[in-house]
Amino acid sequence: MAMKYEVLVEVSLREGIADPQGATIERSLPALGFESIESVRVGKAIRFRIQADDASSAKSTVQQVCERLLANPVIEDTAITITEATTGDAK
Amino acid sequence: MASLLSKGRVASPFVKPLAQGREGSPKLQIVVGIVVFPGSNCEHDVVESLGSLDAKAQLLWHSQADLQNSRAIVLPGGFAHGDYLRPGAIAKFSNIMNSVVEFARAGGPVLGICNGFQILTEVGLLPGALQKNRGLRFICEMSQVVVSTANSSASRQLAQGAQLSIPINHFEGNFTCSHDTLEQLQQEDRIVFRYLNNPNGSVDDIAGITNETRNVVGMMPHPERACDPMLGSSDGIQVLASLLEAAQ
Amino acid sequence: MTPDNSNEPNETEPLHRLLGLTDDEAGKIATILGREPNHLELAMYSVMWSEHCSYKSSRVHLKRLPTQAPHVLVGPGENAGVIDVGDGIAVALRIESHNHPSAIEPYQGAATGVGGILRDIFTMGARPICLADSLWFGSPESPRSRWICEGVVSGISGYGNAVGVPTIAGEVNFDEAYSGNPLVNVMCIGVLPKERLVLGQASGSGNLAVLLGQSTGRDGIGGVSVLASAPLEDGDESAQKRPSVQVGDPFEEKRLIEACLELLDAGVVVGIQDLGGAGLTCATSETASRGNVGMDVDISKVIVRQSGMEPFEIMISESQERMLAIIAPSSLGRLEEICNKWEVAFSVIGKVTLGDKLRILSGSDNDSPSFQANGPDHGYSSDHTTSSDQTSGFILAEVPASSLAQDAPIYMREMQAPVWFQARHFELGSRPPDVVDVGTELISLLANPSIRDKSWIYNQYDHQLFLNTVVGPGGDGTVLRLKAPGLPKSDKGLAVSVDGNSRWCSMNPRLGAKLIVAESVANLACCGAFPKALVNCLNFGNPEHPEVMWQLSETVDGIAEACTAMHLPVVGGNVSFYNESGGYDIPPTPVIGTLGVIEKLLYVPPTMALVDNCHIFLLGDYDSNVSGSRWAFDLHEYKGGSLTEINFARHSSVMELVISLVRQRMILSVHDISDGGMLVALTEMAIKGEVGFSISGINDPAELFSEGPSRVIVGASEQGAQSVIRMANDMAVPLRELGVSGGDRLAIRGLMNLSLASARDTWTGQQAPAQQAPAQPLATS
Repeated sequence: MAMKYEVLVEVSLREGIADPQGATIERSLPALGFESIESVRVGKAIRFRIQADDASSAKSTVQQVCERLLANPVIEDTAITITEATTGDAK
Repeated sequence: MASLLSKGRVASPFVKPLAQGREGSPKLQIVVGIVVFPGSNCEHDVVESLGSLDAKAQLLWHSQADLQNSRAIVLPGGFAHGDYLRPGAIAKFSNIMNSVVEFARAGGPVLGICNGFQILTEVGLLPGALQKNRGLRFICEMSQVVVSTANSSASRQLAQGAQLSIPINHFEGNFTCSHDTLEQLQQEDRIVFRYLNNPNGSVDDIAGITNETRNVVGMMPHPERACDPMLGSSDGIQVLASLLEAAQ
Repeated sequence: MTPDNSNEPNETEPLHRLLGLTDDEAGKIATILGREPNHLELAMYSVMWSEHCSYKSSRVHLKRLPTQAPHVLVGPGENAGVIDVGDGIAVALRIESHNHPSAIEPYQGAATGVGGILRDIFTMGARPICLADSLWFGSPESPRSRWICEGVVSGISGYGNAVGVPTIAGEVNFDEAYSGNPLVNVMCIGVLPKERLVLGQASGSGNLAVLLGQSTGRDGIGGVSVLASAPLEDGDESAQKRPSVQVGDPFEEKRLIEACLELLDAGVVVGIQDLGGAGLTCATSETASRGNVGMDVDISKVIVRQSGMEPFEIMISESQERMLAIIAPSSLGRLEEICNKWEVAFSVIGKVTLGDKLRILSGSDNDSPSFQANGPDHGYSSDHTTSSDQTSGFILAEVPASSLAQDAPIYMREMQAPVWFQARHFELGSRPPDVVDVGTELISLLANPSIRDKSWIYNQYDHQLFLNTVVGPGGDGTVLRLKAPGLPKSDKGLAVSVDGNSRWCSMNPRLGAKLIVAESVANLACCGAFPKALVNCLNFGNPEHPEVMWQLSETVDGIAEACTAMHLPVVGGNVSFYNESGGYDIPPTPVIGTLGVIEKLLYVPPTMALVDNCHIFLLGDYDSNVSGSRWAFDLHEYKGGSLTEINFARHSSVMELVISLVRQRMILSVHDISDGGMLVALTEMAIKGEVGFSISGINDPAELFSEGPSRVIVGASEQGAQSVIRMANDMAVPLRELGVSGGDRLAIRGLMNLSLASARDTWTGQQAPAQQAPAQPLATS
């Protein structure tokens, strides 16, 4: 029976790729009194629901979606989090 | 002022129309296909500038696969599909892009301008990617670019080292690629244009590159905006004229 | 809370008052309807009769503006003014404010301001070809003002660039008075083949009303949410679910523009109207009212973004990027084709009816009411109506369409000149300060945020798209070619200028307004263009303050006088009241947008850039009155004295001379004297031209800082100089040779000797008030 899963894909710039947004935030923090923060990186979070037989097949589909559409592998990495959906309805 | 010395040609901003350049032949206009996505916005400007070179341009809607016998393809600037997700990320799946890739692999000349360059990298015809500008701002201004190689479909009428005034107009024009890719681009002489004063943080001042077979070129500056002295520069004419020559 | 048809008071306040309607207004509604309105009807009246939609406080004054001229095709009252510029081409223009939304959420406020004004233009069948804006912020020293400024600029850039309409002109002013209430005024110009002109009116009983574009959400419902039948949640969460901030989607707008223009080209559309303030209520009532017809609207057919939306929410939602098209039923197939091509969603939501009634239905004809959440309690049941034969659904509201659109009360609010106004002119001892050191004071002016280089702003806007921009932003006026796909060919050019000056208007709103119109016309003249039409955006404080109403009335009279004198029709306008914060009204800030036409644009007109080795002339009268100048206000905090009165006969002759000089190519540089006065004007010319000047014959240094009207600086070659002198004599325009251009010093004999580089570095100085450094280092000597 197909299950529903909640998916969170975090897309961020690959390590070593300059991140001017992250750098700007990091530069502005000391002025606000936050001296202890470093390594700020800005990315985006994409949420959706997916139907799949099980978590691993869900993950394999999501990986394909990431590779083909959600991220540009030249500059971006993705992190995928999959959890079982709690309620039935998609929003 | 830009130096417009090109190989054996008069340094005039008004390049001879190509149709007349073919000795004795009746006027046979080269048909250039200009791909239009929802969100493209420079397509009519490219049509207009090609028109001043006596070429015929036809608009090709993204959902069609037929390139309608176009001899060259331009992917114009704009915000295809709103640039949502990433510039070019959605456009690359359009029907027409399969045909454009096929056309390019067969050696057909393809020029991607600005958003078009972004689409070409997304679809894999050109390496690298275009990131947000270093200053995190949209930039619309005249830029000075230097022709780094005359060996490409968009620079064959230009001389290496020539300096051109061509406007830029982008938020995501900061060319980025791996170290290996950069080395390969440099060694294979595939960097077509470099900025004189790097406006956006592009690696190695890159403003435009070509593929291995030198028929596909992507560039952030807008040559179609520099085809009329009334608009401040006519240095873009030779870029478009190069494309037309490559299409012959 | 139980929904109730009657307008019963609740424990605290009657509902109509919570919606912003006065007791008299509520009484008038009951008289119109012959019964008490229900909640939905009350909501519809409350938004349509708001100051924002009805102009109830300003209408009585706006009538005094001259709106007629032979070339005016559409005057005020439609979505945009339209003029005939010849060659079979018409030009549509409009200006609007988006001040309050920009104060709350600068990026989206400005972005949706751009979106709204674009829709006003393509509603007329015109393709938008450019945007221009007038922006007023608090001091850039304040982090909040900087945040607002950055956000507004990014919003204009983000939306305008992506929608594909160049932003080609504008002004940016910084003044403490706008720190709590910034002003964001956006002007748009569109072009169309004359015969394609369409009006926002419905006609033809049985024709369909089709809603195009974005789905309808709870955007912009804000103040009317007291009507919610059940509070969504309490406290903050409720505010989140009914956001008052609208979010713009330029990609949707781009597709909507292309789809609408294609619908118009294909002759599918009978009438079309954008959805702006008051959303569907405004669009349906205005189209019906203008066409003298009625309309049935089935809200169950409206595509909604959120579930459980109530009828009043659907009717007043200000969701962006929506249009209402009126089409013949036989055109539906063609409309579907075009909308599908451009991926624009659409839904037939109603039809044109005989009579004058706007009826809001839930479910109609063969459909059962699909709006389960809104039972008959919300409207009146079918038996309440006499004409239920046409529908089987519920009738939620039934009102005369014109009563919403046209019958709003008109107020002649109390007006009172402030006590200081009469007194100021006679203030004894009110003597302007003396100029101490010309060079130092010039440097202070060049560093003034309102005078400083604004390229960090306009370089974020695509100002070149469409290959029309012959003279771009940063000068007096902007010059565009008159060209667009589908337009008849023309050699003409357009010139555009947007101007405001709250200093002048705070001293004397009537004279200040005249001077602003004159200044705007001067900017066009410097481009070689005769002014053809004017639009205004009147930004004022609280209209319940008699002083504010006096300011408005005086301003209107000033604009009217200037326009009459210069034969310039007012083709549209916008009034923004309640610009106040912390108990203070903003200074009166009328913003004037003017459109001029250049008969033959065959070469690039001279710009303000000074050319080496030229004679520099001042055209116009001598003026050393510094009252109201930037120098007096910002450097010396001197706000006394009187502005120099303008002589329109003189103004016209100076402008005609300038236009002739530009058109006959007698001059190489031209710049009118405005913000900062003559010395700032000369310095800007030197910086732009990268060449110095040497001036003599300045007896009273105050002359260098006066902002007196009708004065223009021109630069001409040796040969041209003879023509300039001859033509000025022929046209009886006072002329004075100030000196020559050349070298790298800014020199005024006996008063100043400054290096061009130091002036330029100060002027370009702090590029951006932003956190990051400019993308490239500035070239310094």
